[in-house]
Amino acid sequence: MKELVIISGKGGTGKTSLTACFAFLAKDKVMADCDVDASDLHILVHPKTLQEEEFRAGAKAAIDLQMCSQCGTCRESCRFDAISEQFMVNPRVCEGCGVCLHVCPEGAVSFKEALNGHWFVSDTRFGPMIHAALLPGEENSGKLVALVRNQAKVVARKQGKPLMLVDGAPGVGCPVISSITGADHVLIVTEPTHSGLHDMKRAMQLARGFRIPVSVVTNKHDLNPEVTEQIEAYSGNSQATILGRIPHDPQVIRSMVQRRCVVEDGDSPASRAIRDVWAKFEPALCS
Amino acid sequence: MKIAITAMGKEIDSQVDPRFGRAHYILIVHQDGTVSEAIDNGQNFNTMRGAGIQTAKNLADRKVEVLLTGHCGPNAFRTLEAARIKVVVEQSGTVKEALDRFNRSEVTFANQPNVEGHW
Amino acid sequence: MIISVASGKGGTGKTTVATSLAAVFGCRAQLLDCDVEEPNCHILMKPVFEASESIPVPVPIVDLDKCTLCGKCGEVCRFSAIVVIGNQVLTFPEMCHGCGGCSLLCPEQAIHEGSRELGVLETGFAGPVEFVRGVLRIGEAMSPPLIRAVKSKINPNKTAILDAPPGASCPVINTVSGSDFIIMVTEPTPFGLHDLRIAVEAISHLAIPFGVILNRSDVGDNEVQKFCAQRAIPLLAEIPYNRLIAEGYAKGDLLVTSAPEYIRLFLQVFERIRELIEGRRSVSKDAAS
Repeated sequence: MKELVIISGKGGTGKTSLTACFAFLAKDKVMADCDVDASDLHILVHPKTLQEEEFRAGAKAAIDLQMCSQCGTCRESCRFDAISEQFMVNPRVCEGCGVCLHVCPEGAVSFKEALNGHWFVSDTRFGPMIHAALLPGEENSGKLVALVRNQAKVVARKQGKPLMLVDGAPGVGCPVISSITGADHVLIVTEPTHSGLHDMKRAMQLARGFRIPVSVVTNKHDLNPEVTEQIEAYSGNSQATILGRIPHDPQVIRSMVQRRCVVEDGDSPASRAIRDVWAKFEPALCS
Repeated sequence: MKIAITAMGKEIDSQVDPRFGRAHYILIVHQDGTVSEAIDNGQNFNTMRGAGIQTAKNLADRKVEVLLTGHCGPNAFRTLEAARIKVVVEQSGTVKEALDRFNRSEVTFANQPNVEGHW
Repeated sequence: MIISVASGKGGTGKTTVATSLAAVFGCRAQLLDCDVEEPNCHILMKPVFEASESIPVPVPIVDLDKCTLCGKCGEVCRFSAIVVIGNQVLTFPEMCHGCGGCSLLCPEQAIHEGSRELGVLETGFAGPVEFVRGVLRIGEAMSPPLIRAVKSKINPNKTAILDAPPGASCPVINTVSGSDFIIMVTEPTPFGLHDLRIAVEAISHLAIPFGVILNRSDVGDNEVQKFCAQRAIPLLAEIPYNRLIAEGYAKGDLLVTSAPEYIRLFLQVFERIRELIEGRRSVSKDAAS
């Protein structure tokens, strides 16, 4: 089973749209939507939920105001400013370190396991998908991402799927690290803007730090041919494979508004380019 | 000698669980195949980062000498090494089969982790 | 005044809006790039940096002469960053959240805090605009401490504009907390609307007034406008897709450089934000009296 993770560094380069297109083109695969903060893949693949589970990660502190003597030791010791002047713990800021529990002279602090989100096993028009939704504002420590990936691997094993397509998160922090460790291949989708190039470099550094083979696709390449060249030069020098270029194409959004991916809707420039990229990529990935 | 084997179930003929830190169970067995303890590792399954470290500490506290498992990441490996627990990776099949291979000296001890860390 | 610019979905134009606002305010503005994983404001603003400081996160260092191997540190630590194994104390610095628990609670006071670099904090000027940014070291997982460091530089005498990271999870909340207003930037597509909903829910408990700027407003459908109308969310501006602006952005030009006719729009957005903040204040004053 091969695991391909699609990341971008910069948000909005077309990661999710491209993942959906690959899911349409690949014959036998399982999908994992690891952008658990703001997951969008479901919009294009129309999942039917087969299983829904709660996700609870790290407990948060809670103060029993009846027992609290308002000595303030907890507030002084909390490194994260999570306790208000009224001795209420802000669960969104609380990191669950437990220092307050240990220093409270009244034993007024307890720990509650919080509900952080949900994960789902679904059937979609392109095959099975594992996805998740973090509750808004929750900490995205990467744990839910790891869980989604592991569950997707379980499904891949059970159903004998040779390919796992992972839609990663933007950025280079925890959730992205959690998406790529141990993957067989990372594909960076970027755009020919200085911001796109800058962020791609950081994403590339991250992937190469984990010694994972990297490929690059430049989306909307015709917006700036010069920066496209710079992206490809940088990729080449970093031993990343240049998979190709996709032109800016209004059909992508027209299809998205219909909740479809562009490769399903005729023979537009983007559709052709994406099919070429996949035709080039699939044999290399699955060998 | 106490041998720890990561497992999907509590019996000697359960399948080996390839994961260490998030293994379902850890069987503590003797070389003759008697199971002295079946640790339910469920709480580490769902833990924040650090499952490997915690699981390794559990084994250290029990004075385990050898671990048979599938994969072992860098944090777990470092902890096991500090506890002087010898690690055998890439094990599969049933717990009994893994133990038999160990008894026949058909295994090698790992000198480094065989997977990246993750959480 | 502190204005944060956020979005659920990445790539909708957060940085474009944040830098445009800063550019039109000039010397009255301070721009703080809080997207420490992928900071981009500098590409458009081209600041000259005057100072750079390394932002550390604490890691435990154990004095083995004082340590009795009691194991209390490992019991206290909820992140498995320190653990006693046999006669060794192992520390895992990358797991450490810097809570200070181990050093605080060690009965022998054998633990003190060393540090490793989380990232850097850089300050300078982009023309008349004061500029602050944080850059996370690649491989570091946690943004919030660096975001807090960036925000510690907020200049109360200026209009501070914070460019937030994309998404709706805790780095975003860390950035926008304490702001006087949050601008949500999105695009008129199903992805844009879906992620806007999530982001709106994430910030709703903060009770900070917010509004939406719809970027590339003519490329998709009108579901975002309907959503804003339904929820009485002020739609501060709609910016149609403009190839010149897109190409300018690709080259690293500010929107207001590629299309100076938009300067007025951003000034109007600011006025509207002021009205909304003031309106909110007088409502709560009325409620209080």
